[in-house]
Amino acid sequence: MTEPALALTDVAFAWPGRGGFSLACPTFEMAPGESVLLLGASGSGKSTLLSLVCGIVAADAGTVLVDGTDLGAMRAGARDRFRAERIGVIFQQFNLLPYARVADNILLPLRFAPERRARAGDAGTEAERLCAALGLPGDVLATPAGRLSVGQQQRVAVARALIGAPPLIVADEPTSALDAETQDTFLGLLFTQAREAGSSLLMVSHDERLGARFDRVIRLEEIVTTERLAA
Amino acid sequence: MILRLAIGSLWARALTVGMTVLAIALSVALFLGVEKVRTGARASFADTISGTDLIVGARSGSVQLLLYSVFRIGNATNNVTWQSYQDIAARPEVDWIVPISLGDSHRQFRVMGTTQGFFEHYRYRGGRSLEIPEGHGLDDLYDAVIGADVAATLGYAVGDPIVVSHGLASFTAHDDQPFRVAGIIARTGTPVDRTVIVSLEAIEAIHVDWQSGAQIPGQTTPVEVIRQMDLTPKAITAALVGVKSRLQIFGLQRWVNEYPEEPLLAVLPGVALGELWQIVGVAETALMGVSVMVVVTALLGMMAMIFSSLGERRREMAIWRAMGARPATILGLLVLEAVLMAAAGAVLGLALLYLGLALARPWVDAAFGIWLPIEPPAARELWVLAGVIGAAALASLLPALRAYRLSLADGMMVRI
Repeated sequence: MTEPALALTDVAFAWPGRGGFSLACPTFEMAPGESVLLLGASGSGKSTLLSLVCGIVAADAGTVLVDGTDLGAMRAGARDRFRAERIGVIFQQFNLLPYARVADNILLPLRFAPERRARAGDAGTEAERLCAALGLPGDVLATPAGRLSVGQQQRVAVARALIGAPPLIVADEPTSALDAETQDTFLGLLFTQAREAGSSLLMVSHDERLGARFDRVIRLEEIVTTERLAA
Repeated sequence: MILRLAIGSLWARALTVGMTVLAIALSVALFLGVEKVRTGARASFADTISGTDLIVGARSGSVQLLLYSVFRIGNATNNVTWQSYQDIAARPEVDWIVPISLGDSHRQFRVMGTTQGFFEHYRYRGGRSLEIPEGHGLDDLYDAVIGADVAATLGYAVGDPIVVSHGLASFTAHDDQPFRVAGIIARTGTPVDRTVIVSLEAIEAIHVDWQSGAQIPGQTTPVEVIRQMDLTPKAITAALVGVKSRLQIFGLQRWVNEYPEEPLLAVLPGVALGELWQIVGVAETALMGVSVMVVVTALLGMMAMIFSSLGERRREMAIWRAMGARPATILGLLVLEAVLMAAAGAVLGLALLYLGLALARPWVDAAFGIWLPIEPPAARELWVLAGVIGAAALASLLPALRAYRLSLADGMMVRI
């Protein structure tokens, strides 16, 4: 009865210019609260797929539904707002504005998402709670993000993605900058917090070893076909 | 929060941002400084003569007449005969008339022969009259009253002897008839400060043994004899005239200009000053143009700085985009940063201006007689500052639009 967290149907997209890279995704769905690992080497269309899911670009054909909402029906500005409201994003690294305090980094998406801000309640307290839950030191909020270690920065990025409990978390190789031991701790924390928030987790990686924790592991080529025309 | 982040972002690039702000500050200080000097110079010039309705001299240009009679710049081409002077003085419209005789010098300062009337009628800076705090006015034939600059430069005190040189920059001195410093005029900020004032009769007296600009060889009339002679001048250089009613100024001016016996010229000081400004205006405009160009250069530097920072900030832009910022927000962020830099530059520039004014004011006053007032920025200056900030916002639009397009193309996936 519930809407899928993410549903792609007959999606086709081609980058304007850019060597004519195009991508097609006949069908892909994620249930609410589900965690999915997409495995793919670089150049397999990961970035393009994530751009479509996050509404950075609009599909040329087909529909991209996030939390029941068709991104294709929205204008670019509305998609940006929607992304801020419903999607938490974690990058590989360099997630944070290095000159801004950790607190500002965590609260930044709320700046563009009034509904999510309302969901977060007292945003300051919520940021504090998330940092504590993610095992960050107590005084971290007032620290400039650039002073933290890479591992700490990634955890702050998780706190930022999770604040206000968005229905979908998109993570692009968030562990590749971490060593094996920290990777495991990091994933553990990410899963716990995502489950607590009730968010679905879509992670992209080339590392098959991460698969154990996920509900489903899918190879990217199983759901998308890509084509690169000679430039 | 956006403002705090923008400030944080600027702070993180303190060195390049600091240099840019400094460049803007210097250009702003230069621009406002030129403005200050320009208005200060105008005010000082306009303050030099007030209360005088007409200046009369031999026919030449009105600016030339104004320059040599009031500012002691340049020379008269011709004199006014004593007969003409008396004819003018006899006109019913004339309230007072003060003759001026120029042509001799003392060291680098000009000597002006005049009457007691000069001290009574000369007004400067909106109606102030000359004051002689030390000594007295022209009582004796060989009394000289000197301006404050003359006294300060040459270290003269009341009672010191003065020898007047014939002509300007000349080696022939009237050393047979030395003068005595009778009084020192309080500083006025006008050319009077750089003038040695003697009586009209004294000018006549030192030229008794002279003919056609040269001393008659071997002839020296003793001072005692000269004192007994009739020292009524044969000619003067110019005259300052006050009329009884301002309505009569133009009538008297026409009468003087149509004077049949001799080609004369009467000018209104204000009108002649206006003409002078028209001439000086070209240079002023050029100066303004240069300082505007300096401001533009500083803003172009800022633009280049923003452009070059875009490459390394693509990652940052991608973060903003991923967090839900629209490309328009990115554009606004960059413009905001530019406005902040320009505002910091404007404030710093203003501070530099006042610092510079405080340091340079005594020197500028002493060297050029231009008084630069230190006062809170006028509306006009605030508009200039606002203009600089506005121009900075405009200049930043170009790199900001590029960032806008980059962030549209990059989205949140930048490969670096």
